[in-house]
Amino acid sequence: MSLSISIQHRFEGFTLDTSFEAPAGVTALFGSSGSGKTTLVNAVAGLLRTDQARVQIGERVLCDSAKGLFLPPHKRRIGYVFQEGRLFPHLTVRHNLRYGRWFSGRRGDRTEEARVVDMLGIGDLLDRRPGALSGGEKQRVAIGRALLSQPLLLLMDEPLAALDEARKAEILPYLERLQDETDIPILYVSHSVAEVARLATTVVLLDKGKLLKTGPTAQVMSDPALAPAFGLREAGSVLAATVTAHHADGLTELMAAGGQVFLPRIGVAPGNTVRLRIHANDVMLSLDRPERISALNVLPCKVTAIRSGGGPGAMVQLKAGQDQILARITKRSATLLDLHPGSEVFAIVKSVSVAQADIGARDQSMAKSDTTT
Amino acid sequence: MDFLSPEEWTAVALSLRVSLWATVVALPLAIWIAVLLARREFWGKQLLNGIVHLPLILPPVVTGYMLLLTFGRRAPVGSWLADTLGLVFAFRWTGAALAAGIMGFPLMVRAIRLALESVDPKLEQAAATLGAPRIWVFVTVTLPLILPGIIAGAILGFAKAMGEFGATITFVSNIPGQTQTLPSAIYAFLQVPGGEASALRLVAVSVTIAMAALIGSEILARRATKRMMGT
Repeated sequence: MSLSISIQHRFEGFTLDTSFEAPAGVTALFGSSGSGKTTLVNAVAGLLRTDQARVQIGERVLCDSAKGLFLPPHKRRIGYVFQEGRLFPHLTVRHNLRYGRWFSGRRGDRTEEARVVDMLGIGDLLDRRPGALSGGEKQRVAIGRALLSQPLLLLMDEPLAALDEARKAEILPYLERLQDETDIPILYVSHSVAEVARLATTVVLLDKGKLLKTGPTAQVMSDPALAPAFGLREAGSVLAATVTAHHADGLTELMAAGGQVFLPRIGVAPGNTVRLRIHANDVMLSLDRPERISALNVLPCKVTAIRSGGGPGAMVQLKAGQDQILARITKRSATLLDLHPGSEVFAIVKSVSVAQADIGARDQSMAKSDTTT
Repeated sequence: MDFLSPEEWTAVALSLRVSLWATVVALPLAIWIAVLLARREFWGKQLLNGIVHLPLILPPVVTGYMLLLTFGRRAPVGSWLADTLGLVFAFRWTGAALAAGIMGFPLMVRAIRLALESVDPKLEQAAATLGAPRIWVFVTVTLPLILPGIIAGAILGFAKAMGEFGATITFVSNIPGQTQTLPSAIYAFLQVPGGEASALRLVAVSVTIAMAALIGSEILARRATKRMMGT
């Protein structure tokens, strides 16, 4: 189900004016704090009445200020996972989960409840109250509660921001699973590039209330002009690769559009696709194919764009097969190598990480993380 | 029970009846007013706030006299109520309950309002996104969360009703069996020679009821809070 959102709202000293459309899947709203992300999702949920708003999910129009239409939050059928969980402290986990069902008019669907409880691994918590849960457990229950209210759209406002790294790692696999097992579109607010790289199908980049760019994740993340918005340290590209073999020396071999890639062993069976993330800072460029070098991952590429700002660095966009890779080098190197669009270079990738293990492969990676939790 | 004379018993029973009715009737109204004051913005909010708190700052005798002017037999509201509903307040125990309820009302409203203001509106928003209409959000989320405040308000109101003297005696006088509540009875006993013993026994009863109510509310409120904290 596609999503069409158009919001205008004027605050004191800040104007939010954003329109975008997103296909099904996870749409990440990315931007620094104060860029208007939370305002936008609150407007979508109906918790905030903005000056102008039009929100449509599939064929269903939730609000249209031009026509004077404004559905109150309880009629929107939107599941909202808040940053702080917001579980009801006076109800047990079980009753928190069932809260939405009292009002959705679809009582007694125990199989759906069992499925969600199982997916989120919260079966042991059902009789506890939120006060006795850890931060990660609370967030999982909050996700379950939102899912069980039969939403047409899931809003997640930095659901991991209040958690430490270990808890984040605990929840991310469940979010990936969620993406695979439900067809509910998700609007995911985040200011973490890693989360966006891992989860998003579409990225909506916001800056001070304005839309900077929207598009498929791989495309937006490999745009050198947008790298400053993601932060130069975090900037980098994502690309898909298929696992081809596991080698005896502990390496996994993958095939990306631009060539072969080796990674320390990952728990994904051959034939499955994973999403890789390559930081721009981890890519070196060479005009000749480097021989006698320790780096294993060397991809032949063609320069498609170079962008430099006021600093000493330059962001180079490369094309490797169908994939795009970003490399961050110095302006001086770019001049010395005489790089320009069309130059043939070799990208030496110092490190690659798996951003996401895709469909099918998930079962195994989940099984693995299940045994460790 | 030989501890109290029948006359004294009448006063104790009447006081309990008056205070219970005052509390039970005033409580829902106090919750409603507290919600208005804590959550809504409307014209005349400060005026309403002032009127609610008036009995707390006026001399009780003044409150009692104003009640007499409003709810007396020949007063406008009093005669209308007597004619249409058959509800008479003047010089009846119902009048004592009315006076007690009005005197305790600001205390109830304050306690409940305080509890309401400590409820995170974000929880109510969360309930709304889960499909709950406003009234159900109130019943299923707000009300359970302010329960300790409601209990505290009810006990404060009840205690105030038990001790109410000035407004009651001005409004409904001091008729044994009708309007002579505990404080009026203690006062009356102290006016006659040899009444000190009776007065002292009623004082003891008064202290006992007050302490029991206080401890009871403490236990209830603690239980409610404990439930919420999930331990």
